[in-house]
Amino acid sequence: MSETHAETVTFVRDTMLPPVLPPVGERGAVKWLRENLFSTPLNIALTVAGLGAIWWLVTASLPWWLNSVWNASSLGECRQIVAANAGEGATGACWAMIRERWHQFLFGFYPPAQWWRPVLSFGLLFAALAPVLFAGQKRNLSIILGVVAAYLLVTLYLASAPGLPFVLALVLIGGLLALAQMMPGRLLWFTLIYPALCFWLLWGGSIWSPIVAMAGFGVLYAVFRLASPLIGLAPAAGAGIVAAVLWWLYAEAPVVSALHGAFPIFLQSINSDQFGGFLLAIVIGVTGITFSLPIGILLALGRQSDMLIVKSLSVGFIEFIRGVPLITLLFTASLLLQYFLPPGTNFDIILRVIILVTFFAAAYLAEVIRGGLAALPRGQYEAADALGLDYWRAQRLIILPQALKVSIPAIVSTFIGLFKDTTLVAFVGLMDPLKGVTQIVRADIAWKGIYWEPYIFVGVIFFLICFSMSRYSMYLERKLKTDHR
Amino acid sequence: MAEAAKMQVSDEVAIQITGMNKWYGQFHVLRDINMTVQRGERIVICGPSGSGKSTLIRCINRLEEHQQGHIIVDGTELTNDLKNIDKVRSEVGMVFQHFNLFPHLTILENLTLAPIWVRKVPKREAEETAMYFLQKVKIPEQAHKYPGQLSGGQQQRVAIARSLCMKPRIMLFDEPTSALDPEMIKEVLDTMIELAKEGMTMLCVTHEMGFAQAVANRVIFMDQGQIVEQNEPKEFFNNPKSERTKLFLSQILGH
Ligand SMILES: Nc1ncnc2c1ncn2[C@@H]1O[C@H](COP(=O)(O)OP(=O)(O)OP(=O)(O)O)[C@@H](O)[C@H]1O
Ligand SMILES: [Mg+2]
Repeated sequence: MSETHAETVTFVRDTMLPPVLPPVGERGAVKWLRENLFSTPLNIALTVAGLGAIWWLVTASLPWWLNSVWNASSLGECRQIVAANAGEGATGACWAMIRERWHQFLFGFYPPAQWWRPVLSFGLLFAALAPVLFAGQKRNLSIILGVVAAYLLVTLYLASAPGLPFVLALVLIGGLLALAQMMPGRLLWFTLIYPALCFWLLWGGSIWSPIVAMAGFGVLYAVFRLASPLIGLAPAAGAGIVAAVLWWLYAEAPVVSALHGAFPIFLQSINSDQFGGFLLAIVIGVTGITFSLPIGILLALGRQSDMLIVKSLSVGFIEFIRGVPLITLLFTASLLLQYFLPPGTNFDIILRVIILVTFFAAAYLAEVIRGGLAALPRGQYEAADALGLDYWRAQRLIILPQALKVSIPAIVSTFIGLFKDTTLVAFVGLMDPLKGVTQIVRADIAWKGIYWEPYIFVGVIFFLICFSMSRYSMYLERKLKTDHR
Repeated sequence: MAEAAKMQVSDEVAIQITGMNKWYGQFHVLRDINMTVQRGERIVICGPSGSGKSTLIRCINRLEEHQQGHIIVDGTELTNDLKNIDKVRSEVGMVFQHFNLFPHLTILENLTLAPIWVRKVPKREAEETAMYFLQKVKIPEQAHKYPGQLSGGQQQRVAIARSLCMKPRIMLFDEPTSALDPEMIKEVLDTMIELAKEGMTMLCVTHEMGFAQAVANRVIFMDQGQIVEQNEPKEFFNNPKSERTKLFLSQILGH
């Protein structure tokens, strides 16, 4: 039919063609296989080689996984069970070690009766993070708070938390849930007090220490507000900082002891050397991440500043920190700082490590953010200036949101790096999950010679945490994508 | 032109520039600029590329710093005093060749940002003002889109509306149509003509000579960092005095 039409110049279609599927070789799995795995001879060879490698890996390790032993009291017993079940010479994983020692991987030597405290802090961490991660999204906030509530209910029970904190924790999370329904913006207040609460929960002591320490920021703000109309913004900020430091140095101790005398609310004190495992890694990682971002932003802005002193200090700091291995800094934290500090000050080792890890990440972040700033067209600065926005407002409203957005992948990479680097604290005698705890476990006569299992266990947990960070960053990138190009 | 004649110029001084010089390093980019702009004037600045037109109008809101002479805008002299600079910038709107909208904010947020943070206008009121000006530039339906979703002409009209939301007394335009496709130039020029009719004081760097003839009450010709000639448009185009002006006009009108 079409041939007859094709010979004439005018053409009118008289039958409409129904749509048909593409030929079998051109659709679905067959097409995909052909295009992706078997398109050229080289590709075919690589596919076969790849399949071979996978096959070899699976057959080599499968028995080891299949013969896993969960119930045993020593490595020797594990091996006997494997031999009895799978025959002499068979290999098998000995997860019984994890079953017996999981708590050291999680808490180090934190006293078992107090495990509910890190457990509670961990749950509340997500309640504190949620308003930042999912700003204003009622649904996501409620989901996260609900999950936290369920988590706390189960874990606090399992950790046999005493009745009063149990009830208080649930009341708190219930309150936060209610707040999320009515005024989700106010949840940020919880985020602000969380650091002090977490510090108190983990290290214990009088509740007045963190409260009075936080009051230092109140002093800073009050002095700033009172002084700024009189002497201008920058001097007022300086005066505020001086007042806060004086508060922390001289007023804090007597105020705390007075308040403690009047209202003794306290938790059992835990020493830093009892911290270990993922508790330690997460404390250092989360604190480092939280503080390195603002410091990194300030350093990046400082490096671009017109003020010579600010600029040179920022450049010097960034280049020094980036030029030195983290381990050197950690040794500095554990040894050298002692010399510089006035004698008698007891500067907690975890705190010192956190400060240096934070600085380390901040220096890298500063460079990452500088890249983001450089990627912005000059017109954005000019438009902000022309509208009369001052420097800080232009940065906060126009420049940083865009610069940070383009830097998200690199920022999150830095965070992931920071979190994994927390294992390096093993070198200054802290009990990190990878080296510290594993060494302790393997020093036990019962588990001497165990090799793969602890590393796999720790590796999986690290992977889960880092992978979640990476997924969150991808979510954030998608959410913030507005350029439509 | 009939329309231009209708628009009144008051004798109140809006911008006063005296003995102004500017250098980029060794390069003397603006040389002994003297000019007075009356409130309500519509001035078109033209001249060959690199003659310092952009630099001149960017000095008026201190995007560029001048090294010698005085610039007084609405009674406020531009010095290193940040307070004065902020005051002038909130009085003077500026529209750029490349729009410079904020791509991470919606159109509405682009328009309300400065009123809220600089003028401290309540959000509701700022949004009402923003919608009023979006109506005016004829794109209220785009309020909730992002700049990247708009055409060039629409983006430039948003940029004009963004400046207007600050209720400026003076508007500066730096080649507002030269990054646009021909069919979009008209919609932006129409918006600017509207603005001129309402009596806005305008300084406009442009090569749109039709626009100059329709709305300008004065045309300034610059070359090598100097004001070479200025006149009312009819005289300027029909009867240029200086050789440089004649050459320039023959080049841009000749083809
Ligand atoms: N930041 C700068 N540093 C050094 N020289 C500059 C700078 N900005 C502009 N110039 C020079 O100053 C002169 C005037 O520039 P300006 O941008 O004002 O020209 P213009 O008249 O606007 O030109 P055009 O029509 O191409 O926009 C040019 O020779 C330019 O090369
Ligand atoms: Mg120019």
